[in-house]
Parts: sequence; C-alpha cells; structure tokens
Amino acid sequence: MTDLVTTDGVPGAREADVDKPVRRSRRMTGPQVVGHARATAAVCQAAGCLSAQSDQVFEEITAQLIADGVTDVAVKRVGCLGLCAAGPLVEVPETGELFRQVSPDDVSDLVTRLKDAKPVETKPALEPFFSRQHRVVLENCGKVDPENIDDYVSRKGYRGLTRAVTELTPQQVIDEISKSGLRGRGGAGYPTGLKWATVAKQPSGEKYVVCNADEGDPGAFMDRSVLESDPYRVLEGMAIAAYAVGASHGYVYCRAEYPLAVQRLKAAIHRAEKAGYLGAAIAQSTFKFTVELRLGAGAFVCGEETALIASIQGGRGTPVPRPPFPAASGLRGKPTLINNVESFASVPVILREGGEAYAQVGVGKSRGTKVFALAGRIVNGGLIEVPLGIKLRDVIFDIGGGVPDGRKFKAVQTGGPSGGCIPEDLLDMSVDYESLLAAGSFMGSGGMIVMDDTSCMVDVARYFMDFCREESCGKCVPCRVGTTELHMMLTKITEGRATLADLVQLESVAAMVRDTSLCGLGQGAPNPVFSTLRYFRDEYLAHIVDHVCPAGVCALSGGESVA
Amino acid sequence: MLRLGHRPDALIEVLHTVQQSFGYLDDDALRYVSTSLHVPLSKAYGVATFYSLFTLRPQGEHTCVVCTGTACHIKGSTMILNRIRSRFGIGPKQTTADNQISLLTARCLGACSIAPAVVYDGEAKGKQAPDDVIARLEEW
Repeated sequence: MTDLVTTDGVPGAREADVDKPVRRSRRMTGPQVVGHARATAAVCQAAGCLSAQSDQVFEEITAQLIADGVTDVAVKRVGCLGLCAAGPLVEVPETGELFRQVSPDDVSDLVTRLKDAKPVETKPALEPFFSRQHRVVLENCGKVDPENIDDYVSRKGYRGLTRAVTELTPQQVIDEISKSGLRGRGGAGYPTGLKWATVAKQPSGEKYVVCNADEGDPGAFMDRSVLESDPYRVLEGMAIAAYAVGASHGYVYCRAEYPLAVQRLKAAIHRAEKAGYLGAAIAQSTFKFTVELRLGAGAFVCGEETALIASIQGGRGTPVPRPPFPAASGLRGKPTLINNVESFASVPVILREGGEAYAQVGVGKSRGTKVFALAGRIVNGGLIEVPLGIKLRDVIFDIGGGVPDGRKFKAVQTGGPSGGCIPEDLLDMSVDYESLLAAGSFMGSGGMIVMDDTSCMVDVARYFMDFCREESCGKCVPCRVGTTELHMMLTKITEGRATLADLVQLESVAAMVRDTSLCGLGQGAPNPVFSTLRYFRDEYLAHIVDHVCPAGVCALSGGESVA
Repeated sequence: MLRLGHRPDALIEVLHTVQQSFGYLDDDALRYVSTSLHVPLSKAYGVATFYSLFTLRPQGEHTCVVCTGTACHIKGSTMILNRIRSRFGIGPKQTTADNQISLLTARCLGACSIAPAVVYDGEAKGKQAPDDVIARLEEW
C-alpha cells in the first residue's frame, strides 16, 4: 500500500519521515486516492470513540473501499468530532453528514453512501448541538489529522507563530494578548497578558514556559480532547509565549492517565522539530525554543502551579506558599510562565487574527470562547465550545439536548472539586468568570456535569470531599485533617446518623478549611459543601431530620432507606 | 535512564519506565533507581508512595480499572464496585486470592461522555453496566 494520504488536495505526509518515538505498527493509511477526493470519511480517533473501536471502523472502511476499487474517496483519521456520547462518529465534510454509532462489523451502509456521495453546495442545517457553538480553540478539532503537521499547516497553522517572530517584537505580542482579554482557561481566570508581561519583565537569563496538561478535575476532558485532536496548536501557542517572555525551553506536564494524548504530543513535538517549528531558527528567525514532555503519576494537586513545578523536578507534588510566584521564581528558581492547554491553544488564533478580533466575542471582562465538557445526565454529552456570556440554559438544553429519559433537571456542577452546583432557577445566568463565582461556583477548567432527580446533593458533596481527602498532599493541617473531618461529617449525614448540631459544625469546619489552607486544593475543597448547602439545604435537612434521602441514593440507617 | 541522562529530576519518568517493565516497584528497583540518579532512597520511596499510579506490590494477571470520576459516579460506578466486591470479594487496590484479577480505581479517565467507563487490561470501554463488567471479569 502507498504511504501517501491525500485529502482535499493537501499534500500528504510521508509516513516514512516519521520515526522512532511513535509506535507505527497500528497506523494504517487510507486507500490510495487519485487526484482530488470526491468525498472524505473523517473517522474520529479521540479516546471516547476509540474505546468503541473507531480504529477498526477506519480499517474496515478502508479495506472495503480498496476491495471495491474506489479511488476517489479518502478516509482520514481526525480528532474529536464533539458528540462523544454517540460514538464512534464518522463525518463526511463534503455532504455535511454525520454518522453515529458506526459499528466496525457493519460499515457497508456507510461505504455505499460514500461511493455516491457528492459535494453539496448547501449543507443540511446543523442541529443546535453544532449551530449554537462558536469554535475557536476547537476550529481544527475533527477536521485535521492530529498526527499530520502538513494538515495543520494547511488550515492556517503556524501563521500566528510566523507573524509573531517575523513581524512583531515580544512586547507587541504581549500587547496583542492583552488586547484579546484572554484569561487563564484553567479556571482561575488570571489575565494572560498580565502574566506574560510579568515573566517578560524579569531580568533576562534562563526562563521557562510550562504547559499545564494535568487535567485532574474529575468530569473534565477538554484538555485531553485538544491534545488528542490538535496537538500542534498547543505547541504553537507555547512557542509564541516563549518568544514573548524570552524563554528558550518549555515543558508540557501531562497526566499519565491520558496515554493517547501523551503519544500524540510526543509525535507532534518530534514532527514540529523536523518541520522547523520547534528547535533552532524557528520560521527562519534567530528564535529558538525546545519542548520536553513530562508525565504526571496520578496526583490531582499537581495541577497547582507550585506543586506542578515540584513534580517536573522529580519530587513529590507538594505546593509551596506564594509569593514568590512562579513568574518570578519557578522551575529551578527561574522565572516560569505556566498556562494551561486551552489558554495556549487560544494563542495562535489571537496572533493570527489579532487580539481585537478575538475580543469581539464574550461578555464583560470575560472575552472569547470557552471549551466545556458536557457529561452526566444529558442527551448530547461531548465536547463543546461556546462564546462566554451564553446562557447556562442554552448550553444544557439547546446544545446538550436536556436531560434524557424524561427526568427532571436538578443541578449542573461546574468547576470540579473546587466548584459548585447550580440549581434550576439560576439557569438563565450568563456563563462567565464573574457570574459563576457570584453563584457560588467556579469556572474551573470546564467540566459540566448535569444531574437529574436521581442524584442526591449530599452524596455529591460527600463524593467531592472524598476526592479532596484522598488527593490532599498532606502538607498543611487544615487541608489534611479538615477534609477528612468534613468527609466523616458528610458520611454521617448520608447514613442518617447526624444531628442538627453536626450541620452547624460542618459549616464552621468548612469555613476554616477554606480560609486557612495553603493552596487552591484546600481552599476550594469546601466549595461543593457551601454551594449544596446554599441551594439544597432541604436535602441535608431531609437526611438529618426525616432520615430520608429524597433521591433514593443514600442508604440511611434510621427511617426508610431506598438504595 | 540513559535516555534521561541520569538526572535527579528524571525520577518520575524513570519510575514509570521501571513499573512498565516489571509491573511494580520493589525494594531492589527503588534502591537501584535512587543510586543511579543520585537521589536519597527516602526521596525515591517518598515519590513512589506519593503518586497513586505507582504501586509497590505486584499486580494480578489482569487488571480492571473502574473510573470513579464525577460523571461515572452519578452514572453508577459505585454499583459496579459493589458488584465486583460481592462477586469476587475484592475492593479497590486489591487482588483476588488466585492472583488473577487486580481491581483499581481511577479519578477520571476523561471518558465522561461514555460514562461509566472501565479499563480492562489497558482497553477502555464505555457505558458499562454492572452485568457487563461481571461477565467480562468472569472470562478471565
């Protein structure tokens, strides 16, 4: 078989160019296409669809097309197509069709369709899941082959970096980012331009750029999807940042739970070096920047920036008090810029289209778009990107398609273990950093877990406390002991052994943990308790006074128990 | 280790490699790593016990990882764990007496839209009902 894949006239990547660090054995190319492809089957190869054998779907379609002698249909591996709950997904971009739940055992319908598929002028109207989205970070997601750098370049990839290093001074790059209004997409929302300026201001010498890909929040998979679907974008963003702050070496700290993302990143780093977008003389300039990949080993606290630095240096991931902030003294005591995957992935567009264009979208101090991972009791679970300022109701009911099985919506949890639950009567709020904080939740990295009336809110609070208790690094007492105490009290409530005095104590200990912990893990840990107490106090009271779990989740010892 | 240049800051990477090769980190391996990288044994042990992906005990023939992330939690991962406990008598981080199955839990595999997710010997599967899991484990 040939080693050329050609789609949409894109010059194919020579597979032979790519060597050692990546296992090549499982990668099979599509059928040989003569001239322009009339249609393309874009088969999702992100982790969600892969777990439903989308790799076999790819091979099966290819085999059948080859067997039937078809030469004008391309088969292409792409990143996440978004609607993960309906995987494996295959899209035919020329006709705008999306095939769901394609079984590797039966691709004949799809192959028949591909044989007579013709590009159409007007594509069928998109369903709200797609039409309500605004894709900036995910513009290539599901469009490019994540392992093919030429494909990325053909979709305006590396134009931002080239513009930065050949036309702009580092200060102008920072100004462009400041104008865009981009804020940290890891959740805290610190202005990215300001952070870059702080690092750039440090005396010159060794500086580092670190990409935080330790997406630890349970229920969040945005960064994983971006890394698996469009890894070059993240590397481009890091290179632009390095140019702006004066760094020549960078690290991507990725959690080991994402083997596919790690594999694709490794391949991407290697190929970007070969193509001259990493390493020495980037874009024929004097700017040089290298990137190294570092693996986590399963510790949530390593998402905290000082803990992350400790972990990159090979130690236990325990945070240290700030200041000094990593911007002044970070990795090996040098000024270090740390941004998360999505922040870096937003940068290439800002440099390519300009900061002002990026800031067109958004509301108030929250500009641009945000990627969310929709999951839980929702019809269209998957990966979405929406303009900041969209109504929460639109996200859950228009894009997400609401709650399945005719159940009643109860709450949506955002912000992971440091976030909170937002009840139905607040659904008309705008999704932005300030509004979420005012509602007692938190933007967080972008996980949105929808719950219906089968979820018990006390149990949810207990679940997150259990998480924080296990993940507490143990360095400071309020977090180490406090989260254990809080977990015990919440367990007592869910088992129906608590009294009203326990509720009072729960609130006072929670406040203590929030106010006195060293890092964000402890400070945020009581948040799920506060938010569920604020909106669902009646459920706590039902457990304590009536010994009943309204959702039927908790097994209470006293009174009637359902589970 | 050669690839990483015997640098002390490569400790986590090296431990990953050792665990991939031998399945777990025993005392000899930790001693060897700490001498080679010039880090105190206490630090190597500290790191190996701090991170949840490292294990100091050998695993069974097969491993089953049940995701306990938020989405999996509200879609019934606890029920899966309970069923495994009642059928095979093992809880998280335990191995069956015949050394066949090791049960592990993960704090979110990022496969939330296909929750609940279970990984059988490295192969991830979504939308698993307790019956699916038991049937699969009984094959081992």
